[in-house]
Amino acid sequence: MQALYAQLLVGLINGSFYALLSLGLAVIFGMLNIINFAHGALYMMGAFCAYFLLNIWGIGYWWALLIAPVAVGIFGMVLERTMLKWLAGLDHLYGLLLTFGLALIIQGIFQNYFGSSGLPYAIPDQLRGGTNLGFMFLPIYRGWVVVFSLIVCFATWYLIERTRLGAYLRAATENPTLVRAFGVNVPRMITLTYGLGVGLAALAGVLSAPINQVRPLMGENIIIVVFAVVVIGGMGSIMGSIITGFALGVIEGLTKYFYPEASNTVVFVLMVLVLLVKPTGLTGRAA
Amino acid sequence: MTAMTDDTLPVTPRTIRDEMIAFAVMTLLLLIVPLTDLYPFFVMQALCFALLACAFNLLIGYGGLLSFGHAMFLGTGGYVTAHAAKVWGLPPELGILAGVAASAALGAVTGIVAIRRQGIYFAMITLALSQLIYFIYLESPFTHGEDGIQGIPQGHLFGILDLSKSIVLYYVVVFNFLLGFLIIFRAINSPFGEVLKSIRENEQRAISLGYKTDQYKLLAFILSGTLAGFAGSLKVFVVQNASLSDVEVSMSGLIVLMTLVGGLGTVFGPVIGAFIIVATQQYLAGFGSWVTVIQGSIFVACVLLFRRGIVGEVAHYFRRSL
Repeated sequence: MQALYAQLLVGLINGSFYALLSLGLAVIFGMLNIINFAHGALYMMGAFCAYFLLNIWGIGYWWALLIAPVAVGIFGMVLERTMLKWLAGLDHLYGLLLTFGLALIIQGIFQNYFGSSGLPYAIPDQLRGGTNLGFMFLPIYRGWVVVFSLIVCFATWYLIERTRLGAYLRAATENPTLVRAFGVNVPRMITLTYGLGVGLAALAGVLSAPINQVRPLMGENIIIVVFAVVVIGGMGSIMGSIITGFALGVIEGLTKYFYPEASNTVVFVLMVLVLLVKPTGLTGRAA
Repeated sequence: MTAMTDDTLPVTPRTIRDEMIAFAVMTLLLLIVPLTDLYPFFVMQALCFALLACAFNLLIGYGGLLSFGHAMFLGTGGYVTAHAAKVWGLPPELGILAGVAASAALGAVTGIVAIRRQGIYFAMITLALSQLIYFIYLESPFTHGEDGIQGIPQGHLFGILDLSKSIVLYYVVVFNFLLGFLIIFRAINSPFGEVLKSIRENEQRAISLGYKTDQYKLLAFILSGTLAGFAGSLKVFVVQNASLSDVEVSMSGLIVLMTLVGGLGTVFGPVIGAFIIVATQQYLAGFGSWVTVIQGSIFVACVLLFRRGIVGEVAHYFRRSL
């Protein structure tokens, strides 16, 4: 039973990363009509950012949690202003190709300097150790990752669905020209949205650094799983992305316990099943 | 929204004539390679990738479907042919047949799933499917995991052509490449190809005209996958191994890059693109992971600066279709 709960927890943690990443993808797709293939590379940059902060300037985990997403977000906004901007009006697929190229460049550069092995990043002192819940032993850091991710996910949902800024954002997704006519600076909003999505990816990277170590290719496989999550959940709804992300993480964790051979493939198999039954995805409307 | 290829020039007798001349020139160049200083191994490898890129281009250039998972066909053709030749001891022609049949079957199964969505989702679905296939091959015993299938015997094609002789193998590869190329060329200039183009331009209208577009898309996907698998089968006899690197995502990306460099939706672009990318890989092999950075930069430059690709830009300049 202990092993089952442990895998369930691993599943919840992976689910947190899936949720944060697919949430960012959905927000970016809504505004920019681009599937951000560089999302995995930017997630990796978030983790590296935390690593640099600690090892070069001695800035610890808590500040990294704030600085890394902002720094990577600014980097993302520069990418948007210098490159992605020029793709407006073209076929969506060009955005995929451009960001794929960007991912290759970013990952290649980091791989060149840091190889392929993992760099350790220590768990902050305040979150070390664990508590016995009676039915299982809970490492505090892991519990923290799940709770904090949930808070960030719901904060993002609140920002987009319940605030005035979010209302502008949703309006600009529907009809950018009309929103511009009301005096809203839509290009700036697009840039900030990209920064927000990228910042969420970087945040996931910082959260994962103490658990999975810091590796140049850490984002290479996770982005493909997140694509499958996005296909399953559909990109129409923010809440849909969050729930699908967590649910698939848990299903993956359960598979690791009951049938470990299939743990790498279960998300993809589920994607196939969903496509056969409901091609538009679980929450998606017809495209 | 602008479509990915602006193939607005009508197909006229002149277009066909231009393409025929270009095809004759390409054939002639390939035939005289052994007389030059060019390394035949390089040309053979490039031809396998050229066929692969042409197969990929059939989907994106004429059906408007971007597959980000074509490595799964390359790997399947390669693994099955390698296994047939080495473990079952089948002659090359039957080995290739087995590889092509397996790719066709994979194309049918994955195609049914993938064509249920269009555009950006189609790309993500094919990517995820190929990752699924990657993990299956990683864990199946017959592929020997990280080691791959090594030391594949080249054997005698039809019992007479000794493929271990470099010159014989070269002409066999050239013949098969031209065969595959002509099949694609015929397909895009057939009524089937015209329907595909109409789906790319306006699927709703094609449906309203009574075409069962799903069947056309599935057929195009199977044809493309089969020919990509054919390229994988041929490659086995050139490099004499089949490994996981052929099924990886980066390989699917490379196929997209070759076609993009040469020109999406052009007949000869994928061939030019394949030669360029295989050449850069050869010459930059010493630079390690910088090769990835360079390839990424080519991607970015192509998308931002010349979306038509090399052949597309040339054809646009001369207002011809190539």
